[in-house]
Amino acid sequence: MSEHTIRGRVAVVGVGETTYYRRGESPDPEFVLVLKAVLNACEDAGIDSRTIDGFCSYSNDRNMPARLANALGLPELRYSVMQWGSGGGGAAAAIGNAAAAVTAGYADCVVAYRGLAQGQYGRFGSGARTNAVSGPPAFTVPYGVMSPAQIYAMRTTRLYHDHDISPDTLKAVAMAAYHHAQRNPRAVMQGRPLDAETYDQARWITEPFRLYDCCLENDGAAAVIVMSADRARDVTDLPVYPLSIQQGGPHRSGATVHNEPDYVTSSFKTTAPRLYAQAGVGPGDVDVVQSYENFTGAVVMSLIEHGLCTYESANEVLTFDNLIAPDGGLPLNTSGGNLAECYMHGLGLQIEAIRQIRGTSTNQVPGASVALANAGPMVEVASTALYGTEEALG
Amino acid sequence: MTTEPYLAPGLAAPRPARDGLDEPYWTGTREHRLRVQRCRDCDTYQWGPEWMCHNCQSFAIGWVEVDGRGRIYSWQRPHHPVHPALSDQGPYIVVLVELPEAGDIRMVGNLLGDPLQEVRIGAEVEAVFEDHDDDEPPYTLVQWQLVSPPA
Repeated sequence: MSEHTIRGRVAVVGVGETTYYRRGESPDPEFVLVLKAVLNACEDAGIDSRTIDGFCSYSNDRNMPARLANALGLPELRYSVMQWGSGGGGAAAAIGNAAAAVTAGYADCVVAYRGLAQGQYGRFGSGARTNAVSGPPAFTVPYGVMSPAQIYAMRTTRLYHDHDISPDTLKAVAMAAYHHAQRNPRAVMQGRPLDAETYDQARWITEPFRLYDCCLENDGAAAVIVMSADRARDVTDLPVYPLSIQQGGPHRSGATVHNEPDYVTSSFKTTAPRLYAQAGVGPGDVDVVQSYENFTGAVVMSLIEHGLCTYESANEVLTFDNLIAPDGGLPLNTSGGNLAECYMHGLGLQIEAIRQIRGTSTNQVPGASVALANAGPMVEVASTALYGTEEALG
Repeated sequence: MTTEPYLAPGLAAPRPARDGLDEPYWTGTREHRLRVQRCRDCDTYQWGPEWMCHNCQSFAIGWVEVDGRGRIYSWQRPHHPVHPALSDQGPYIVVLVELPEAGDIRMVGNLLGDPLQEVRIGAEVEAVFEDHDDDEPPYTLVQWQLVSPPA
């Protein structure tokens, strides 16, 4: 085993979520949601919340660690880290930063968290109400390119063109998510099944994305607690081991005005090989996949870039029957994900991967020992994680 | 060539960045010239604007005028109005245009003509200037139209 790794050194000991609400319907302010998620994670782990000594978040979360530590009356705050990068690209990376801190000895019990109350703070899916724009947005906003769907749609158009990918793959991703949500009591879309006809007849948001190709927007909060593997075995019967967590972007992924040299990508072509190398497993070892859906087209690219299918096989592999638990060959987004469980900026997908390793998903894949969960496809800095059982550590 | 505004009024207006980085572009469009960045040391084209050449790390970034011929690299057709100004707009076409004469750099704009037309990746387009003279300060956008409109 490499000296430089989190593998075998750290474990997830607890996960916590608030009730997931429709956008704007949280009765609590965002900060209270985060506190509740943190306390729920502590209860899940069976630890005193005053054990926490570090916090990691992403996407410029508004709920700062010092305020959380103050509210919770923590004895000491030893680690306080924000992951740079836009959107949900930091969901796995925040857990990775927590794992790195524990491995390095900077802190002993670190929480990765995200809170969103869009009623309180406004939503993502509408253009900013400003009179003027400058810098890179000045080259896109005046042409009606403002929302995340509009910013990322043209990658999928080009994906279809370059690789003969069928739009049916996007439909299968959406339908699998809604199918799984029906069995998940946390899911805001439980009780709202999606059939092929409803998908096909849904309105366009922006071609090539229909309504059900786009993530939800929600209120809520989620938290994941990371401790050393040694301490984890003392506090929980269900430690889950991050086998590897990687973050980054390929060459010039930060180019502006859609000038990334490799345009048709989910941004995982460089991180996925590093992910598998450090984890000591390959795509064939992955039992279940949580693949961040900002938009379904990105999921198709992410699965290909993680080696779970190829450009040539995608149309055959990405079918509804093959994507659903427990019997599909590639069970995908088994909580309902960002499309149908909740859009907690992807932290819910990380938690679902952890649940699959614990064996406690509402759409459990029998015997799952390796779960993949990626975050923020197509953004400049994305991240991706593999979780495993103690046996998976080998 | 010029065109009337493609989208309904009310979207945020572009302003040159305060640090001056993209000022030659916005000054140029007012004169109906399309200028892009090109490194004076290694001749690499670059877009969007940056202070350094991504190829050779030179700060000697210059601006050159290009003739505004390109081809459609990708496209989308937004339907959902994400801004109040677009509530009565209906569908519109956004194109990502690559400029073969300038190192295949890409620009975002609208494709003029029928908003419901079929769009073909690879189709040749040319730049058209859309003046907003009555805005304060005035500005000019660059739009795209097919070189050979469909029969």
